[in-house]
Amino acid sequence: MAGQQRVYRQRIRSTQSLKKIFRAMELMAASRISKARDRVAAASPYSQAITRAVSAVATHAEVDHPLTSERTDTQRVAVLLVTSDRGMAGAYSASVIREGERLIEQLTAEGKTVSLYVAGRRGVSYFTFRHREITRQWTGASDAPEVETAEEIASTLLDAFLADADEGGVSELHVVYTRFVNMVTQTPRVVRMLPLEVVEGEASDASEMLPLYEFEPSPEEVLDALLPRYISSRIYSCLLQAAASELAARQRAMHTATENAEDLIRTFTRLANQARQAEITQEISEIVSGADALSASS
Amino acid sequence: MAHLEVDLVAADRKVWSGAASMLSAPAAEGEIGILPGHAPVLAVLQPGPVRITPVGEAAVRVAVGAGFLSVDHDQVTVVVDSAEGSVVQA
Repeated sequence: MAGQQRVYRQRIRSTQSLKKIFRAMELMAASRISKARDRVAAASPYSQAITRAVSAVATHAEVDHPLTSERTDTQRVAVLLVTSDRGMAGAYSASVIREGERLIEQLTAEGKTVSLYVAGRRGVSYFTFRHREITRQWTGASDAPEVETAEEIASTLLDAFLADADEGGVSELHVVYTRFVNMVTQTPRVVRMLPLEVVEGEASDASEMLPLYEFEPSPEEVLDALLPRYISSRIYSCLLQAAASELAARQRAMHTATENAEDLIRTFTRLANQARQAEITQEISEIVSGADALSASS
Repeated sequence: MAHLEVDLVAADRKVWSGAASMLSAPAAEGEIGILPGHAPVLAVLQPGPVRITPVGEAAVRVAVGAGFLSVDHDQVTVVVDSAEGSVVQA
């Protein structure tokens, strides 16, 4: 009987320490998410300026650049999957991986070969566990991505896109990441990044007419400088969105876990009390029946 | 007097913004100077110093990485990969 009580007490203690961990994770995620959102806001002037410049060039010069033209010489396509480094974020990684798998299936059905590029340890371990080949992987800073990481990813993928077909060149680049809608909603998204389609938003507004630019030194060279930067800024913004989504998902998951732990503690406390009460009742009835037996015999 | 509205942005932050009377930047084929009323231009920049003269103040200087610069209607946007931490007096 006393054993039962001890088991309940033990489970209450362990659930309490788990609850503390969940609570700490929740608070950490909550404090980091505001930083992540600040970072998204800080990066937006750059991406706006670059998008504006790209559409300016696109509207005024005949855009004929390797990055904007379709490739037909290879069936190989690249998929960049942005996942998190750590778990404890609910279904965050699982749902983005599921979206990625769907895309891979669809591309394979179209007769294309997919080469995988994965950011984040969760995605890497998912694919290595299943013995699937990963062309290139980046891990280590999924909740606070650096510009350098984005540039490295962008240059790797651009090299792959510009490489010859027999050197592992790819004809398309798809990015699967999680878009941060708000604190409650984050949706996995697929974007085809290469070849580029330079149609950004609605430029139909007459007051927004872009002026006739002079290009220094020449339209081609401006485009050469602009487009890779555009790609890396897009990838950087994907990484930032994914980081904010990861933290939001983690905060929510940890909040739910804390509440579940509280529920468990409450249930176990009830059970422990019941066990204690049962033990006391039994002891009393044993004493009473013992006393009865004694007085009856005397 | 007309002045330039300058925004100097790096990949992860806004470095400097405000009104200026003159700006010079290291374009691919040599230094380019922008004064109010400049024709619209899109120029490629190489690493080097960007000098900005704010209206009524002493000039400041920022060392930047490669990037580009766009000018239209006295609105100057300098977009660079990286910028040195501080804006220093030239």
